[in-house]
Amino acid sequence: MIAHLLRSLLQGILVILAVGLIAFSMFRFVGDPIASLAGQESTDADRAELTERLGLNDPFPVQFGRFLAHAASGDFGISYRQARPVADLLAERLPATLELAVLSALFAFVVGIALGVYAAINRRGVIANGVMVLSLIGVSLPTFLIGIGLIYLFAVELRWLPSFGRGDVVHIGWWTTGLLTDTGRKSLVLPVLTLGFFQLTLIMRLVRAEMLETMRTDYVRFARARGIPERRIQFRHALRNTMVPVVTIVGLQLGSVIAFAIVTETVFQWPGLGALFVNAVQFVDIPVMAAYLMFVAFVFAAVNFLTDFVYLLIDPRLRH
Amino acid sequence: MTNRGKFVIALLAATALATAAADARQLKWARSGDSLTLDPHAQNEGPTHALAHHIYEPLLHRDTQGKEVPALATSWKITDDPNVWEFKLRPNVKYHNGNAFNADDVVFSLDRARQPTSDMKGLLTSIDTVSKVDDLTVHIKTKGPNPLLPNNLGDLFIMDKEWSEQNNVQKPQDFKNKEENFAVRNANGTGPFQLVSREPDVRTVMKRNDSYWGIGQVPLQVTELLYIPIKADATRLAALLSGEVDFVQDVPVQDIERLKAQKNLQVNVGPENRTIFFGMDVASADLKGDSVEGKNPFADKKVRQAMNITLNRQAIQRIAMRGQSVPTGIIMPPFVNGWTKELDAAPSGDVNAAKKLLADAGYPNGFNVTLHCPNDRYVNDEAICQAAVGMWGQIGVKVSLVSQSKAIHFPLIQKNPPETEFYMVGWGVPTFDSEYIFSFMYHTRADKYGSWNATRYSNPEADKMIEQLSSEIDKGKRDATIAKLWALFKDETLYLPVHHQTLAYAMKAGLDIPVDVSNQPKLKYVSFKTN
Repeated sequence: MIAHLLRSLLQGILVILAVGLIAFSMFRFVGDPIASLAGQESTDADRAELTERLGLNDPFPVQFGRFLAHAASGDFGISYRQARPVADLLAERLPATLELAVLSALFAFVVGIALGVYAAINRRGVIANGVMVLSLIGVSLPTFLIGIGLIYLFAVELRWLPSFGRGDVVHIGWWTTGLLTDTGRKSLVLPVLTLGFFQLTLIMRLVRAEMLETMRTDYVRFARARGIPERRIQFRHALRNTMVPVVTIVGLQLGSVIAFAIVTETVFQWPGLGALFVNAVQFVDIPVMAAYLMFVAFVFAAVNFLTDFVYLLIDPRLRH
Repeated sequence: MTNRGKFVIALLAATALATAAADARQLKWARSGDSLTLDPHAQNEGPTHALAHHIYEPLLHRDTQGKEVPALATSWKITDDPNVWEFKLRPNVKYHNGNAFNADDVVFSLDRARQPTSDMKGLLTSIDTVSKVDDLTVHIKTKGPNPLLPNNLGDLFIMDKEWSEQNNVQKPQDFKNKEENFAVRNANGTGPFQLVSREPDVRTVMKRNDSYWGIGQVPLQVTELLYIPIKADATRLAALLSGEVDFVQDVPVQDIERLKAQKNLQVNVGPENRTIFFGMDVASADLKGDSVEGKNPFADKKVRQAMNITLNRQAIQRIAMRGQSVPTGIIMPPFVNGWTKELDAAPSGDVNAAKKLLADAGYPNGFNVTLHCPNDRYVNDEAICQAAVGMWGQIGVKVSLVSQSKAIHFPLIQKNPPETEFYMVGWGVPTFDSEYIFSFMYHTRADKYGSWNATRYSNPEADKMIEQLSSEIDKGKRDATIAKLWALFKDETLYLPVHHQTLAYAMKAGLDIPVDVSNQPKLKYVSFKTN
């Protein structure tokens, strides 16, 4: 069992290193940071000097090696765009992204399962079919369109909710949260709906399909024959067995929600990691891009590792 | 104290609070990007300066029309020694922390801005030494006469020497250092607003500087100023429509009409100090990206003229820009010294005349060439390029368009030798003088000159005239040289001008913020209309 865990840990580290290597080799195609760093009046000599000062003349393996060596000691360098240590920037932005991601995952999970079960039980109901049609929209509409639509409706027309930002946040140590203030909670609503909508429809359709499958199995039929009440069969027996694949999917999706909140964060000017990354790409802020991509690789590796671990707990066969 | 006494005090306090609330006027200002740093010498970039102008002040700055007005200096002149400028400083000015402003600060700030890690040093290369004469007089000695020195000081902010030394920020941020420079997120200026808090990319809060020297001269009615970057166009406009912000810059041209139709909003449109144009390699023996072997078609003036008159600038204005641009025939915005109506006149798209010129040049069937274009830098830049490509196609010049992000596009021009043979660029003139355009766009690429000249054009005679401009004190003579140079360059058709860019600001009705030609709105000039 320990060997199994060690193996997946090793795999995780390899993935992180590989992502770092690929990311670094891509940077030269993103553009030249000197163009955005040096002012309009800079001379050829100024630019050459700045390139040298930033170490951009060194060959690629040297730059990557230096990055890894520094990163290992927690030093990700200074952001070109904001002139601040990258580690500070990431730490500052992490709470916003995590809060958004966890809340939308929760929203998607709870509402998705409820609607999925409802749609499975009332397979021929009008509402259930309506929900299914709506869920098709959720799967097919791009996130930014959903976001802008929500902003138009709830911020511009109804003026119930703010269109951008995080509102007022409360600092708890290095963590910041918007959950403790009124404006903070209001600001969370639209981004959480936007980010969670796709996951919600995904989970809902998955739950419905799994549930319908389970309801046809022999043990459910036997349970019915024994005269166990229908509600009890549905929730006690069928739903439980439905949950195994659903939980796996939700776990994996959480990683991608954290990593790819980029679009939602841009639409809502949400001060998280995704927005930081988008700005960094436009400015060719290499230290921030590198650190962010390493972070994303880390999140996926960690989620994978945890999933492996959970499998071990669930499935006794894997322990041998 | 008796209960009644307490009550009176409470009543008084409540009244005071109510009065303060009536006077409190908040302004929420949004634009697409944040200032990069509060350090006034670390980045020579528009939005960074725009924010800095509210907290820090230069010796002189430009008003919304681009006219020089005194700020921390009250007057300036060239002394009997033509190499020395004398600046008289404004008395009784205090920094936000209470320190007094004096000549030491000016000497310190100009020295700081000339450090290797400063991004402002390019504007100050002509300075030899800066010295204090007395507390309110500073002499700037230049390497040779420089009649235009004040033009270069409009975004050169003055910092407090004591504060800078206390906080160890005598130099702008060096990216090699691991530490963050204190001046990146903290500020102590003399400006109309004082920094309260700053969260980069989220918001910057400023409050009115109640001891500002200019109170009485400018309205300064805003008591609290919030600067909020909102990147997505749709979100930024939604924030204005929903009343969450009061004033928005970077309004997309396609939304102007829709916003104008809203009763509670006002849109101001005006020209910007920026001209959009195409440049090409006019000197290389052969182009790599064209279909002509062993020859460079752009080297022939007739070809350049043909391409210039093919450009239907009115159509570009109408279709690509929705009417929001000023077509032009010169790469110089109208506020710049040297601009004339005659130079600005543009040929109208005459396809037949162009075809004839092209045939005369020996290309009756045209040729193929590659155009590089940015897609995220200027207003509708890619659409302009697409339109132009179609127009050149009418005379047989088949242009393949490569449009890419600014971070990839501009290095093509800036690399020496340049890696593009045909490109789009936009140019603003912060000094408001032709010399700036000549030295960066027309002078042979060498040393401190021609760093944006990717045309490979080199004319030693013109170079000499350009270099003389910087030290010619006689304005009449100087202007004559400028006119001569423009006549030469316009005839050479080295660049194909398209239009002057315009800016649109949208705001709540009741606010009337004029478009600033440098796109640096100065909100101390804002007054609220009372109904």
